[in-house]
Amino acid sequence: MRLPKFEYFTPKTLNEALALLKEQGEGAYIMAGGTDIVVKMLHGRLRPKSVIALQEIDGINKISFSPQEGLTIGATARIVNILSHPDILQYYPALTDAVKVMANIEVRNMGTVVGNLCNAAPSADTAPPLITMGSVVVLTSLEGERRLSLDEFFKGPGITAMNQGEIMTSVFVPLPQPRSGGSYKRISARCGVDIAPASAGTMAVFRDEICSDVKLVLGAVAPIPLRAYRTENLLRGKQWTHELIQDAGYEAAEESMPISDCRASAEWRKKMVAVLTRRTLVEAYERSKKN
Amino acid sequence: MKHRINFKVNGDEYSLAVEPWKTLNEALREDLNLTGTKLGCGTGDCGACTVIVDGKSVSSCLTLAVSVDGKSVTTVEGLAPSGDELHPIQEAFVKTGAIQCGFCTAGMEMAALHLLNHNPSPNEAEIRAGLSGHLCRCTGYSQIVEAISVAAETMKNSQSEEEEQ
Ligand SMILES: Cc1cc2nc3c(=O)[nH]c(=O)nc-3n(C[C@H](O)[C@H](O)[C@H](O)COP(=O)(O)OP(=O)(O)OC[C@H]3O[C@@H](n4cnc5c(N)ncnc54)[C@H](O)[C@@H]3O)c2cc1C
Ligand code: FES
Ligand code: FES
Repeated sequence: MRLPKFEYFTPKTLNEALALLKEQGEGAYIMAGGTDIVVKMLHGRLRPKSVIALQEIDGINKISFSPQEGLTIGATARIVNILSHPDILQYYPALTDAVKVMANIEVRNMGTVVGNLCNAAPSADTAPPLITMGSVVVLTSLEGERRLSLDEFFKGPGITAMNQGEIMTSVFVPLPQPRSGGSYKRISARCGVDIAPASAGTMAVFRDEICSDVKLVLGAVAPIPLRAYRTENLLRGKQWTHELIQDAGYEAAEESMPISDCRASAEWRKKMVAVLTRRTLVEAYERSKKN
Repeated sequence: MKHRINFKVNGDEYSLAVEPWKTLNEALREDLNLTGTKLGCGTGDCGACTVIVDGKSVSSCLTLAVSVDGKSVTTVEGLAPSGDELHPIQEAFVKTGAIQCGFCTAGMEMAALHLLNHNPSPNEAEIRAGLSGHLCRCTGYSQIVEAISVAAETMKNSQSEEEEQ
């Protein structure tokens, strides 16, 4: 397997990268870790005219956290660095859940969270937890910077709200609310290395034994990571019981829109959505006790 | 257009002019004649092509050669630079019978090196996690896991001997 021909640029500053992106126009692609884009090129599914690598740009590889402000993950921060980050484990354990099960060691050493989002696979593992956490992406172009809720970022498989000429420079994750808990779980035939045929991410806030707020996002069972609004409505304001969790599983399965493909049948995926939803709810509740 | 890259492989300096569409795997095998690093799937799924770049294991089939400019690469040839004496990881693979056809071995050994550099005494679960994404078509996984725990022991012992001296 050989890569198709393309031009390659390694800008040293963000402005240089943005200028190049504009100058090269259609057919110019950004590369972070390359673990999606290079695979697509090897399979002949993508033939970029030019590839603009972000790796040499200073200052965009940082992960910064403060208990006052929250978490910012820069464009070239590697998945492995998320995995080993103690504050992320403490404050955002659902994100650690996701990066722990993602891919394999080598891909985690190369790949980035921002690349995972920009690639916009319906199965992208970091999307469900980051959406439930209320994350905001920062999109930068020569015209300036705009912020967009991650919830509004995904438009279809491989399609995002990002415009030609924009680079995602970081993703911001707000602090978790008091008495909230998050969880992410996925199921796959061969553990990590496989792309998950179904996953679920939950973030729930509790007042006494009442679920006062909740977000649920389902992965790989719709064209985009799917906000399960109906299930959220079913849970919100309710007393936390075993029956409620059971019902939420059924509702989420109903609400999902999976297809049958090489990884799994639609019917099986729906069943797994019910199971995964319940498991994340149980874990989110347990974790909320620590916040 | 070709790009000039300067990088180290197993401690030796190289300067190459490469097309951007050349992978690190192709550059190592074809330009530097370092054929110890294998090409299996070619798409990141099997681990056969694993090398270490600046201390981190990566898939050389997904790494562009241009992107290692200024970096330091270690391949399986770098485990036994003299060619006479094997690295403890290699010794352990031989001793435990962890090699059948040998096609996955270089990648497995580089993954083992990365693992033991970060965690000198891994338990079995950690060894298996450290090999996730490494496929052995001959399915000799148990011996490979055993080899890595044997290697960990040897490396720890030689470390403490060095410290005593
Ligand atoms: C063997 C293997 C296993 C995998 N397993 C999983 C898995 O379990 N779960 C999972 O979710 N994914 C998996 N992946 C996919 C991939 O590794 C992840 O999506 C990874 O996070 C991509 O990050 P990257 O930096 O390598 O992206 P790249 O390939 O560099 O980029 C991905 C896409 O995003 C665009 N892009 C990247 N950065 C920016 C930016 N800052 N601004 C604008 N556009 C940008 C690129 O143009 C490209 O289209 C796997 C891949 C492989 C090869
Ligand atoms: S050849 Fe690179 S992972 Fe298979
Ligand atoms: S020894 Fe043959 S592939 Fe592993």
